[in-house]
Amino acid sequence: MGIVSSGFQGRRKRDLPGVPPGQYVTEDFPVLSAGPTPRIERDDWVFSLRTESGTGRHWDWNVFMSLPQEDVTADLHCVTSWSKLGTHWRGVPVDAVLNGVDTQAEFALFYSYGGYTTNLPLSDVLGGRAWLVHEFDGADLPPEHGGPVRLLVPHLYLWKSAKWVRGVELIPQDRPGFWESRGYHLHGDPWREERYG
Amino acid sequence: MSEWTGRPAERSAEDDYLDGNALAGPLSEVFAIDITAALGTCGTCGDRRAVAEAHLYVNAPAKILRCPSCGGVLLRLDERGGRVILDLSGFTQLTIEVR
Ligand SMILES: [Zn+2]
Repeated sequence: MGIVSSGFQGRRKRDLPGVPPGQYVTEDFPVLSAGPTPRIERDDWVFSLRTESGTGRHWDWNVFMSLPQEDVTADLHCVTSWSKLGTHWRGVPVDAVLNGVDTQAEFALFYSYGGYTTNLPLSDVLGGRAWLVHEFDGADLPPEHGGPVRLLVPHLYLWKSAKWVRGVELIPQDRPGFWESRGYHLHGDPWREERYG
Repeated sequence: MSEWTGRPAERSAEDDYLDGNALAGPLSEVFAIDITAALGTCGTCGDRRAVAEAHLYVNAPAKILRCPSCGGVLLRLDERGGRVILDLSGFTQLTIEVR
């Protein structure tokens, strides 16, 4: 192969390292939504945790903001095949919310305002791989991108990063959420193209 | 969307959905009938309306039609790789005019 073939326009964006198979890179941030956008004031926002034994915890906005905060830079991969690289977020690692919780559960079902749900193995949201984020690009997370708080699980397809998140239930057996019960993969790893169930 | 249907699919100012008329285009490849004229009964709240009056969310992994009364999912239209998957489980029934 020649060094530069005629018509060579640079590497195709989908072949970039860091971009999973079947994805293309976009600079904008498309807003995907399968329902109305809930408008939740921070003063009204509460995050709830329930374990398989029925015990629970709640965080209102002020208590939530007193938890450890982290800045996160992450690539996003949407199952509709766009990827957005190097996005900046700030929020609470899921580890901090589950710290000290007594559970044997292996799965988590996250709940959102508006009724959305998504299921994840606990191992995918612990160990510094998932956050409850409230800032995007240094500003408060707007409602169309899931504010006041969304889940961010950047190593899985973006439907797992539930917008308008309001709680998590720890469950012994995996239970499909909104998209997972409608033909989408239970796990959703973009590198394995786990799109459809 | 309106270029498929030949009539304007009205976009809501408040939220990002189209009215159910926008289903006419993609579903004309599947059905010989115009499904947007069908009367659908919502499995969640029992409300009965023309499919065209429901709210269609198109900026999503699959198109989702929701009941305008209760917000329940009525229909999912998933177009992937030359196949159309149609999930009508949100309706308890559809009444379709035939000639
Ligand atoms: Zn209804």
